[in-house]
Amino acid sequence: MSPLRIFIADDEAPARERLRELLDDIAGEVPSEVVGESRNGVETVERVPGSGANVVLLDIQMPGIGGIEVARHLSRLPDGPAVVFVTAHDRHAVEAFELNALDYLLKPVRAPRLAAALKKAQSAGPPAAANLERADARAREYLPVSERHRIVLVPVAEVLFLKAEQKYVTLRTREREFLVEESLVSLEQEFADRFVRVHRNCLVARAAIRGFERAAAGDEEAHWLVKLEGLSEGLAVSRRQWPTLRALVADK
Amino acid sequence: MTSIKQNDTPDALPDFRNLGVVARILIAVNLMALAAALYSATGWMHARDRFVEAAALVEPMLLTIVLVLYIVAPRLQRMNYLAGCAAVLAVALLFALATHTYWARSEALASGLGRTLVLTAIAVALLLGYFRLRARAYSPALAEARLQALQARIRPHFLFNSLNAVLSVIRRDPRRAERALEDLADLFRTLMSDARQFVRLADEIALLERYASLEQLRLGDRLRVAWEIDAAPSDALLPPLVLQPLLENAVYHGIEPGTGIGEVLVHVERRGDRVLARIENPYHPEHQHRAGNRMALENIRERLMLFFDAEARIETRVVDGRFRVEIEMPYRTERGPAS
Repeated sequence: MSPLRIFIADDEAPARERLRELLDDIAGEVPSEVVGESRNGVETVERVPGSGANVVLLDIQMPGIGGIEVARHLSRLPDGPAVVFVTAHDRHAVEAFELNALDYLLKPVRAPRLAAALKKAQSAGPPAAANLERADARAREYLPVSERHRIVLVPVAEVLFLKAEQKYVTLRTREREFLVEESLVSLEQEFADRFVRVHRNCLVARAAIRGFERAAAGDEEAHWLVKLEGLSEGLAVSRRQWPTLRALVADK
Repeated sequence: MTSIKQNDTPDALPDFRNLGVVARILIAVNLMALAAALYSATGWMHARDRFVEAAALVEPMLLTIVLVLYIVAPRLQRMNYLAGCAAVLAVALLFALATHTYWARSEALASGLGRTLVLTAIAVALLLGYFRLRARAYSPALAEARLQALQARIRPHFLFNSLNAVLSVIRRDPRRAERALEDLADLFRTLMSDARQFVRLADEIALLERYASLEQLRLGDRLRVAWEIDAAPSDALLPPLVLQPLLENAVYHGIEPGTGIGEVLVHVERRGDRVLARIENPYHPEHQHRAGNRMALENIRERLMLFFDAEARIETRVVDGRFRVEIEMPYRTERGPAS
């Protein structure tokens, strides 16, 4: 059997070093090679797809994104890797792992335990997206966008608006535009406290709203435009959404 | 006074040089005078007049007694409790007598020396009783603070990650691993020591260095510590583990959530009869949900109050994107307060 391809994600260099040593120690039982390393959540999501890893050893307390969110992003990959979570001490996370049949290791990691986890991961494959979602029901902090066959993570806090075009959703930040492969409806549900619907095809960031102005005459559906911070053009507000938005601004 | 072991010596006189104690005496006696005035008066205006009248006698008497107690405080501390109480009563009566005699001669207030002395004795007894109860009420808190120091001071997160880091260097660099375990042992020795005893600032700073060295092993280049401790008075006394948890917080909230290099500042100096300590770290507002920060600060605030009463303060604020904790406490040494 070909060796397991392992990716190590941990922000502490000694911890990565330790896992490498242990993998060496158990090489007789579980042959493996380390195909990549990362030091934070964003790096992990960006590097794992190109590494060809079968298993990711994922520290859950890294800077940037939480471990479970990283796993959620990885689980969307077409040929996603199995994930073994690693934590020094996080009672809540451990509880969530137990409840949702997610495998984890406690630091300091013991060699036999690591071997067992790798064997299990090999047979079980990637974690079920539903289990991950239950383990951490909070909205994600990053949205994955595809760019030249890579995944790039955009912080949700930087998103100004999301707009459904024919087949896909475009995401707009102050600087540029990306394509998102998720439906506007599911995004609206997940990020209900961050975005508000202004039109049947558009969600805008509540925090970015700067005001409203009258649309040019002749536009049948919209007679108001919403202005967002950092964007010169306004976005059409539908008649249906107008009362909600007006109330929102009155509250501000 | 280098210890506040109230469990071993259950009753002790209050420290008459402590600002909080002095303030409590002044307020309590004035309240008593006010109560007496209200009780004996026939109406609000009358009560005011009675209070002003009484104040003319009470204030000079009170201030004189407080001043004398301040002067003889070190002597009183050395006596046993009952003798100390007797001495305080004697001081109070003696100077009440003196003040009364002097004042009664100049004012038309010869309202009976006997009553003045009895009232003074009652006030002294009430206050001593109050301070004794207060000391008792706080000693369980002290024991609890000690427990908290044992349980919540070092985060398990830090302990397990440090052990993991030590394991990772054992093969490559056994000497570094030895040093790390020695540091860890020192840290835990302090954690398990008597939390009611003052420690020397030099020892607390040594502990900070051990702790920083452990974190350095774990975090490598990501953690930079700037030490501004040349002006730190090494003989100053402070409660144990006042600075270490702050450094731990600084690393946990300021360095670990960041992906780049971060700098933590440790600044300790003596300014006159005060000791100032300041710890700064990069501020990550988005990670304030990481629990535990407030708890550690409250724990330190409570212990500073137990040791120094109103004479110490701890403040936090965000300055230029950096989170800053400042502690100010009186400069005390084994020889007593700074003169």
